[in-house]
Amino acid sequence: MTAYLRPRSLAEAVAARAAEPGYLVLAGGTDLMVNANHRPAPAGLIDLWRLPGAGEISLDAERGQLAIGAGATWLQVQRHPLVVRHAAILAAAAREIGALQIQARGTIGGNVANSSPVGDSLPVLLALEAELELCSVRGTRRLPYREFCTGYRTTALGADELVSAVLVPVAAPAVRLFWRKVGTRRAQSISKVMAAAAIHLEDGVVRRATVAFGAVADRPVRLAGVEAAVVGLAPAQAAEAARAAVAGAIAPISDVRSTSDYRLQVAENLAARMFSELS
Amino acid sequence: MVQAPPAPWIGASLPRVDGISKVTGRARYLDDLPAAGAWHGATVRSDIAHGVLEALDFDPAFDWSSVVVVTAADIAAQGGHNVIRLIQDDQPALVPVGGKVMHAHEPLALVAAPSRALARAAAAAVRPRIQPLPAVLSAKDALAGSVALHGTDNVFKSFLIRKGHREDAELERALASAALVIEGEYTTSPQEQMYIEPQAMMSSWHDGRCHIVGSMQCPYYVHKAMKTLLACKDDEVVISQSVTGGGFGGKEEYPSMIAAHAALLARKAGRAVKLVYDRDEDIAATTKRHPAWIRHRLGVDASGEPVAIDVDVVMDGGAYLTLSQVVLSRGVLHAAGPYRCPVVRVRGRVVATNHPPHGAFRGFGAPQTTFAYERQMDKLARARGEDPLALRKRLALRSGDTTATGQALTFSVGTDAVLAAIERAAGPPPQRAGRSLAGSPLRRGRGVCFYFHGAGFTGSGEARLAGRAAVAVVLPSGAEAASAAPVRFEVRSSSTDIGQGSITMFSQIAAASLGCDPQLVRVIDPTTDKVPDSGPTVASRTCMVVGRVVEQACRTLRGRLEAWRAARGPAAESLSLPEVAAAMARELASDGKELVELVQYEPPPGIVWDDDSYTGSAYPVYGWAACLVDVAVDLDTYEVSVLRCVQAVDVGKAINPVIVRGQIEGGTLQALGWALIENVIYKDGKVANANMTNCIVPTFADAPELETVLVEEPYPYGPGGAKGVGEIPMDGPAAAVANAVEDALGCAFDSLPISPEKIATALRQASARSDGKAGVP
Ligand SMILES: Cc1cc2nc3c(=O)[nH]c(=O)nc-3n(C[C@H](O)[C@H](O)[C@H](O)COP(=O)(O)OP(=O)(O)OC[C@H]3O[C@@H](n4cnc5c(N)ncnc54)[C@H](O)[C@@H]3O)c2cc1C
Repeated sequence: MTAYLRPRSLAEAVAARAAEPGYLVLAGGTDLMVNANHRPAPAGLIDLWRLPGAGEISLDAERGQLAIGAGATWLQVQRHPLVVRHAAILAAAAREIGALQIQARGTIGGNVANSSPVGDSLPVLLALEAELELCSVRGTRRLPYREFCTGYRTTALGADELVSAVLVPVAAPAVRLFWRKVGTRRAQSISKVMAAAAIHLEDGVVRRATVAFGAVADRPVRLAGVEAAVVGLAPAQAAEAARAAVAGAIAPISDVRSTSDYRLQVAENLAARMFSELS
Repeated sequence: MVQAPPAPWIGASLPRVDGISKVTGRARYLDDLPAAGAWHGATVRSDIAHGVLEALDFDPAFDWSSVVVVTAADIAAQGGHNVIRLIQDDQPALVPVGGKVMHAHEPLALVAAPSRALARAAAAAVRPRIQPLPAVLSAKDALAGSVALHGTDNVFKSFLIRKGHREDAELERALASAALVIEGEYTTSPQEQMYIEPQAMMSSWHDGRCHIVGSMQCPYYVHKAMKTLLACKDDEVVISQSVTGGGFGGKEEYPSMIAAHAALLARKAGRAVKLVYDRDEDIAATTKRHPAWIRHRLGVDASGEPVAIDVDVVMDGGAYLTLSQVVLSRGVLHAAGPYRCPVVRVRGRVVATNHPPHGAFRGFGAPQTTFAYERQMDKLARARGEDPLALRKRLALRSGDTTATGQALTFSVGTDAVLAAIERAAGPPPQRAGRSLAGSPLRRGRGVCFYFHGAGFTGSGEARLAGRAAVAVVLPSGAEAASAAPVRFEVRSSSTDIGQGSITMFSQIAAASLGCDPQLVRVIDPTTDKVPDSGPTVASRTCMVVGRVVEQACRTLRGRLEAWRAARGPAAESLSLPEVAAAMARELASDGKELVELVQYEPPPGIVWDDDSYTGSAYPVYGWAACLVDVAVDLDTYEVSVLRCVQAVDVGKAINPVIVRGQIEGGTLQALGWALIENVIYKDGKVANANMTNCIVPTFADAPELETVLVEEPYPYGPGGAKGVGEIPMDGPAAAVANAVEDALGCAFDSLPISPEKIATALRQASARSDGKAGVP
């Protein structure tokens, strides 16, 4: 029999996590339940669904950060005015996750902790230079999202930790955001390629850009080569420089959903598009 | 005699009889049925495509006393025959030890246990030992013949159609005389039916009989297969259809396999056993649409008039024959298209491979060959610089013309009406260049196609089947009788409602023919000891053929009722038809008789078909259709969006227009999915995408605006003029999409699905050929 714990506060949740490191953490269950048929029942579950306060979304004006509780569902994320205003591409990604039923149940914390190479929000968090708030009985720490995902479905999350919030810096008005999901179909679709970028354009040239891709490697990736190649260039030249820099930067695989050639070609096209769109 | 009102029920969009129970969740599918004490079955399968089953090892660590195990040995021990009876008795229910494993999802043994989890654990504790043999994993490999799976050449069945010539040399001369020959090679992919309810059966043995209830299209196919497998007589097996969540052909032949397994387990366990497939097992093991490889030559003279058509069709039948020869037959009979041409040769072969058997799927071979001939017609239009719709109008078959098999078309030919409907709906073509909302460049294009679909069984099939149906007058009983409820007219047929609306359609036909309210008609659930064999629920025949039988049974019954009333003089004159039925039924009941009318199908006159020469009337009548598709291709992602899809379909008569439109819209979306995104991927003979995540079908978000134009060219021998509609919408749209994508991009796409990956490759090759100078037009 699987034991079932339903903590009523974050404190209770981290205490449960510390006491039962072997139990599975359950949020919306939209990742967990898919595989339930194919693996042995867990010893126990710690159910975070509707944990009070876990889905709150607020603005930390002092830090200039949007704080999104890990328990926020994709429906809450996409509809929240603060997200729409300050992190529009996160709202856009949220609208393309699964479809309405999944968005009503799946959480941002689940997407982050599950850390699938095709998790749709992950390149967005990279491009926006988000941080995570991680909690345990030992205390709370902040970690740049960039350092969280350490490999194929592996993360820096401690065995006693929970993801408690996603912290997204509020983008400066001059920063232009780009997001594109290329999936197998229009909804309920696993990504073949995702591209996200935050581009700071000043006086008609790119000052700084953060460029991230998903589904093209064993984990979501920032492409430093592309970011370096575009600095100081006008959009049209930046587009060509970005296209050229993608080829050496990623080596996507072929699988039942797509081919490496296709993923690379589309990644090149989107790398160019995120800059050519600026002009 | 009161004159009957005109039949208002034909052509009325009455709500679905089963609608409320389905949308409220009250309908009980097999897995919802009460099954107290029933055990759960699980299937042990091969995971090797070809080999010899040397042994079944049973993990000694497992407690085998808690479960029941069935192997092939149990079948023979009870005097049964280890085959799934269909066309040829080649497929075993379970591979015996020492026997050949022919595909990677083949059943080898069965287990049943009190819980599903235990049954699964037991199945996992059976370890088949298989000595692998070299496998044949494509139709081309099968034809190369280095490994013989069937006979010496791996050809299960071949067909040859010749029109206007006797020898190959004459055909070649005709092609040589052509001013222009369009040559093409086409491939189509396997497709999963993806009915919403996975396959499921339950069996129990009581009253000295084997009872099987489950999700199926054809109760009498299962009945026939069980008699052989279990060595039972006709009345010793009873097959009942439970509420069925879709079939699309996928529940035509495979349910016999699951029924066999459930029955064998139930017999040995001495209790009811339920066998419900998981989605992944269902996708992997059950039948798919046959992948096809088609080569086509179309020769025209200088004026563009066809002089010869030559088609070579090869289908991958998979490991056993199952229904492949019938699928091939339909494919071949449609392969020359609905176009006039004096000289036609069509060759077809279906070959054995080590894939799981391919089987029935809406369209049944015709979508594959339609894709090829409608690509050919488009290429001809392009080569001649002729408008693609004008070309079709110029060459299409009309009343008085003859088909490739020499059938003279004399009635119900909707060619002009469907082409005119498409022309009217067309509007201006989409603007070629544009931008998507996401800022990507787009190329738009338009494609059309024209096609036909033979309704009912091929050739003499309907005569051989001799489908029957009955209508009976049932007196109210129990509480109903006390409340003076009227009689019910009970329609008895083995045709199954699998979501397509046949119960509602039969109710309307019966009500119209009897002249009564449809509320008084009840179409009973098909159970083999209560309904006659109406033939299978396939081939767009349920309305046209069985509906016709129901119509005739009702008319005959009505005639008897009216005669009865007339014979009783003025006293009976004021009686309504249901009152007459009640009185007459009571009279008969006192003699221990039932008031019932059983009718057998009579094929229309003049249907002559010769199986040896493959000439004559291939089908009693055809549905005719035309389709127009507008697409946009995203040049960043190579995704194709269907912007618009118009289908004009000649259905003879829409008994219930809402249901008919539903059939057309659903079939159209299924066809668009096959055109663009659907595929079953085999790796080493195994289905590599056996889940709904990766074996994808379109969602509503993928559905374009679907415009449906109903055309009604009545069929004189169909109920109210109706002919088949179930399959036709599946045949055409794939070609229309391919034609539209070629119009948009200037590259030909002759292999399905037209995936973004294929488009990316084609555009890269095209730009390499032109030195990268010219990209997309
Ligand atoms: C039909 C369908 C479609 C989908 N489509 C998409 C899609 O388009 N894009 C996409 O990215 N994903 C998709 N998903 C996957 C899934 O919906 C998302 O990843 C979702 O965000 C997961 O959130 P959840 O709350 O349901 O996670 P759960 O399933 O509850 O948990 C996922 C994992 O995260 C862990 N976890 C959850 N919360 C925490 C926490 N606070 N701290 C630590 N660990 C935690 C769990 O232990 C588990 O390992 C789809 C899933 C389905 C079933």
